[in-house]
Parts: sequence; structure tokens; C-alpha cells
Amino acid sequence: MNATNATTSTTATTVLELRAVSRVYPGGVRALDRVSLRVDAGEMLAIVGRSGSGKSTMLQLMGTLDRPSEGQVLLLGHDTALLPDRRLSALRARSIGFVFQQFFLSPGLDAVENVAQGLLYSGVAARRRREAAREALLRVGLGHRLRHRPQQLSGGERQRVAIARAIVARPAVVLADEPTGNLDSSAGSGIMTLLHELHQGGSTIAVITHDRTIAEQLPRVVEILDGRLRSDSGPARQRATVTGGEAAR
Amino acid sequence: MSPRSGTMSVTTTVALPQPSRLRASDVLRVGVAGLRGRPLRALLSGLGIAIGIAAMVAVLGISEAGRADLLARIGQLGTNMLTVSPGQDVFGHPTELPLDAAAMVRRIGPVQSATDTGLVQGATVRRTDRIDPLANGGIAVVAARTDLLGTVRGTLAQGLFLNGATERYPAVVLGAQAAATLGIDRPGRQVYLSGRWFTVLGVLAPVTLAPELDRSALVGWPEAQSDLGFDGHPTTVYERSTDEQVDAVRGVLAQTADPGHPEDVNVSRPSDALAAQLAAKSAFTSLFLGLGAVALLVGGVGVANTMVISVLERRQEIGLRRALGAGRGQIRLQFLAESVALSGGGGLAGVALGAAISAGYAVWRHWPASVPAQGLAAGLGSAVLIGTLAGLYPATRAARLSPTEALNTV
Ligand SMILES: Nc1ncnc2c1ncn2[C@@H]1O[C@H](COP(=O)(O)OP(=O)(O)OP(=O)(O)O)[C@@H](O)[C@H]1O
Ligand SMILES: [Mg+2]
Repeated sequence: MNATNATTSTTATTVLELRAVSRVYPGGVRALDRVSLRVDAGEMLAIVGRSGSGKSTMLQLMGTLDRPSEGQVLLLGHDTALLPDRRLSALRARSIGFVFQQFFLSPGLDAVENVAQGLLYSGVAARRRREAAREALLRVGLGHRLRHRPQQLSGGERQRVAIARAIVARPAVVLADEPTGNLDSSAGSGIMTLLHELHQGGSTIAVITHDRTIAEQLPRVVEILDGRLRSDSGPARQRATVTGGEAAR
Repeated sequence: MSPRSGTMSVTTTVALPQPSRLRASDVLRVGVAGLRGRPLRALLSGLGIAIGIAAMVAVLGISEAGRADLLARIGQLGTNMLTVSPGQDVFGHPTELPLDAAAMVRRIGPVQSATDTGLVQGATVRRTDRIDPLANGGIAVVAARTDLLGTVRGTLAQGLFLNGATERYPAVVLGAQAAATLGIDRPGRQVYLSGRWFTVLGVLAPVTLAPELDRSALVGWPEAQSDLGFDGHPTTVYERSTDEQVDAVRGVLAQTADPGHPEDVNVSRPSDALAAQLAAKSAFTSLFLGLGAVALLVGGVGVANTMVISVLERRQEIGLRRALGAGRGQIRLQFLAESVALSGGGGLAGVALGAAISAGYAVWRHWPASVPAQGLAAGLGSAVLIGTLAGLYPATRAARLSPTEALNTV
């Protein structure tokens, strides 16, 4: 009987895993150094660290936008190094949702059309994309702003549109790089509340943040320092201890 | 206790999704949306293509209509008329045709009709007697038969032609240009012809196959002989035969017209001149088509330029699309579609403009208005081809951009 609800109580599905991942930029900057991390379905984690520590680099590797110099990135059990661009992109289209600090909305498109772009590369028909976009906008509390263009929205509302676009394909994991970075504190806390709600609804979310108080409200905090994993409060604690010696050096 | 402590994780491999192809409608939508972002720039570089295509379509259309008109005229006038005229003998002296040359020609089997005209040496025609006889405007006084118009297929612009009665009177029919030179606008007027007043019976419309008649004043054969000192030797024999026998007739014409000196006789086919015009027209068309092609090439360079700039400016958009799951191929396709839409849109406008220009010109010239369908298709096709070529490099650059680099663009 325990086995039937195993996913919630005793076992979890791994969505994303970094295995001793390093990223060396041209010019020799080792932005990430042998980082191992596992994200399970339904988790919500904060990635913290001071500026330049390698947080964005890590998120881009997790999101398969970049490839590691060393180590492995596994997405839904697939070694991403083995996938050609076409297959990897298709996997990304369906399993990863990105939220950026700068929103990246198209000024020529209204909220529904912007969100619908999130399904453009998943082989969904135009009409169905718009329906899903409307639903996603309702989920982020923007049911009253469907036809508004980005210029006609507040910063917080823009980020909600971007979040709707990230979740419209119901991805396995949402990766957010400082989603509150361009917002004032009240709009920022609104966005964090939304992300918490989405997490409660079952979404897996990783959020990069500078803000300690934001990070502390999240169930798991991963700290990066100079490209290395400094601490991890989450389920990968055992592994963190294994590599902790290295990280501390 | 941390809710997660003691949790065991399993890695379940989820089946890889099949890469999806963008639907044609989505490709078009994304491409057009890209252009709408900078409408003025798109309009201007589309205009370059439009001008090139319009020029080519208009040149093709106009020359087509001109050819159709010329062919129709040749068909109407017939290619079965031959003319015989005296040449020069071996010493370079002008020769004469026998008096009965036309009658002899008429006896050739396939010949359907034959008629002759004779230049009245020394005769002049003037508007009045007070004008210097040397200033006669190059108008020749020519003796003509009453059946002339039937054989050369000429028509009267005004009045009447010579008939059995008027050919014996001081009466004259003026060629179109002769009438204009003399300032005669209607029949009934008198002109001063070699010391006598002649009544103008009629004015000819331009005779395409015998343009020499346009500069002639035609008087009756008997009148020319009795009052103008005409010697009766024909200077041109006009002859029509059945179409199939033209070459056969040509072979015997000189011999028949002047059995004594067939080598001194010139035989020609006036419709050949019209056919030569056709060839000249097509050479002219090629020149203009070449110019249109250069304009089109410049337009294509403009499109390529626009696309290169567009890719540079839209790096963040490219990064975002990659983050949303676009593969390199899909990015390439998007920019290629944009380039083709830009060039194709210009091409469409150009084809419409070119068709309008050639139709308008044909109407103005009273030509049969024909806009060649292949010309339109070729215009549109070349616009699409140019769009593809112009977009290839920028699209490939866009596709090669690394997603992170694109997103980190500041
Ligand atoms: N494309 C690149 N080429 C070379 N070096 C890079 C590149 N991108 C990042 N870096 C370097 O890698 C390091 C980590 O950068 P990263 O953007 O991951 O930091 P971050 O933790 O996200 O910082 P911030 O909090 O300021 O966003 C920095 O030292 C940066 O200078
Ligand atoms: Mg960063």
C-alpha cells in the first residue's frame, strides 16, 4: 500500500541532475566547478550566491541552453550530451520553462499571444495554443489582462505573463533567473507568492535569487560560491556531504 | 525533520518527445510578425524588390503586347506580297522595266493580282503655284492603276480613289504623308502639279506594306501619259499570290517581269521589314530585361542587408526562442521565411504594378492588352528565389548563435 503513493512519501522522480558539472568559458573563467545537484519532481529550490558566483551559468546548464565543459547533465533521465540539437530542443520545449529577470516579452504581441509562444515549438495547433495560453494567464491571475500588450502592463504583470509562458507547456521544471530582480519589493513578493502557489499545485521550480529572505522561505536552498556548491539543504544532502570536502577547500 | 530527509529518488527515463515541425501557417505567422516589428524598414526594402519586378514585368508585358500587335498586323496585311522594281545594269545605269511587266506577272499561275505604279520623272506637286518647285517636300508624282489599293491592301482615310473616269482627269490621290506635307486636310482642294491644277480626290491611310506610297501623289495612268509626259515604264510592280506559292513565284518573278534582263531586277518582300522589326524589338526587350534584372539584384542586396541587421538586433528574441524550444533549424526557417515574405511581398506588389503599367500602355497604344501569365509567375518566382538567397546567410547566422550568448546580449 505504501508503494502506491510512493512518489509523494518515500520515492521521488528525478527531473534534473548535474553530475560533477564544470563550465569553463573561453578565456579560462571556470564559472562552474564540479557541481553535482539533483532536482526531484515537485521540489522548489532557491539557488543563492553572490554576484559572479556562477548561478546563471548553472541555470543555463540545467536548462540545456548551454553544454558543460565537463560532467553530465541529465534531463528526465536523458544524458543531454548525447542528444542532437533537434532532439534536445524538442525536449526543452516540453520539459523546461524559463523565467528571466528581463521578461523577454514581444512588444508586438498581446498577453495571450506572448504566452502562446511557449507552445509554438511543441507541435500544438494555433487554436489550442491560445486556449492553453488563456488558461495559463488565469492561473497566474491575469484573466483580466488577456488582450494587453507588454507596454500596457506593470512590471509585476509582465513577469506574470512571462511565468504563464513558462508554465503553459506544463514543463517538468521551471527555471527562474532572478524573477524579482527588476521588480520593486511588493511586486516581487507577489511573484514569489505566485511561484509558491504553482509549487503547491505540483510544479517543480528552481529560483535564482540574491535575496536571503526570499531564499529562506523556500524548502531547499542551494548555495554557490565561486563556481562550487557550498551548501545544499535539500534531499541531496548526502551527496553534498560527499563533495562537501571539496567544496569547502 | 526535513520533509525530504530519507527520501529515496528514482530516475525514470521519460520517452523523448518527437521533434515537431513547424506548421506552414506558423512559419508564415512568425515571419510576418518579425517584419511587422519594423514596418518602415520592411516596406523600403520590399520596395526595392517591387521596383525591379515591376520593371521586368512591365517590359515583358509591353513587348509582348507590341509583338502581338505587330504579328496581328503582319497577319492582316499578309506576307504573300512581292514587289518588283528596276535595278541597275552592270555599268551602274538605272534600268527600266518593260511596259507590260505587270501583265506578264499576272500570267504566272499562282499570282492572284498584280498592279504597277510608275514614277513620273520631273513632275512636282505643290500647294500653290507660288511655292518654289524645288521645295516640294520630297513628294513623288506617281502614275497608278485603279486597282492599286486592292493589291497593297491600302485604305482611304478620306475621299475616293482613282476610277475609270477620274484616271483620265487632272485628279490626284495623296499619300498620308504627302497630304500632311502639302497641308491638305480634305478632298476637294486643288494642288499645283507640274504647271496645272489637280483636284484632290482622296487621302490614303498609311500603307504599311508600301510605305513609299505615303510620300506619293497618285495620278491616273492615262492622265500621266497624256499630260505629264510619263513614259509608261513601271517603277514598281506589286503582286500577290497564294501563301504557299510565294517562294515559287519569287523564283520566276524577275525572269517574268523582265525576260530580257532578269539580273537587273530587284524583287523584295515588304513584310520582311515588319518581321525584322520583331527581331529588333526583342533585342530591345533583352536590354531592358537586363536593366530590370540589375534593379532586382540591387533589391536583393537590400533584403539581405535588412535581414543581417534584423538578426543582429534580435539576438535576444533568438535566445528566447531557443529557450522556448526552437531548434537551430527552426530559427533558420523563421528568418528564411521572413526574408521570403519580405521579398515575396515586394514581388507581389511589383507584379501588380508591372501588370498595371503594361496594360495601361497597351490601352494607350491601342494594342491588344495581354499581360502574360508566365511573366507574372516568373516575376513572383524570382522574388521568392531572391528572398531565399538573400535570407540564407542571415538565417544561418541566426541559427548558429548560441542560446546563452543570444540571451546575454545587452
Ligand atoms: N559568456 C561568458 N564568457 C566568459 N565569462 C563569462 C561568461 N558568462 C559568464 N562569465 C563569467 O562567469 C562567472 C559566472 O557568471 P554568472 O553569470 O553565472 O554569475 P551569476 O552568479 O549569475 O552572477 P549574477 O548574480 O551577477 O547574475 C562570472 O565571473 C562571469 O564573469
Ligand atoms: Mg546571473
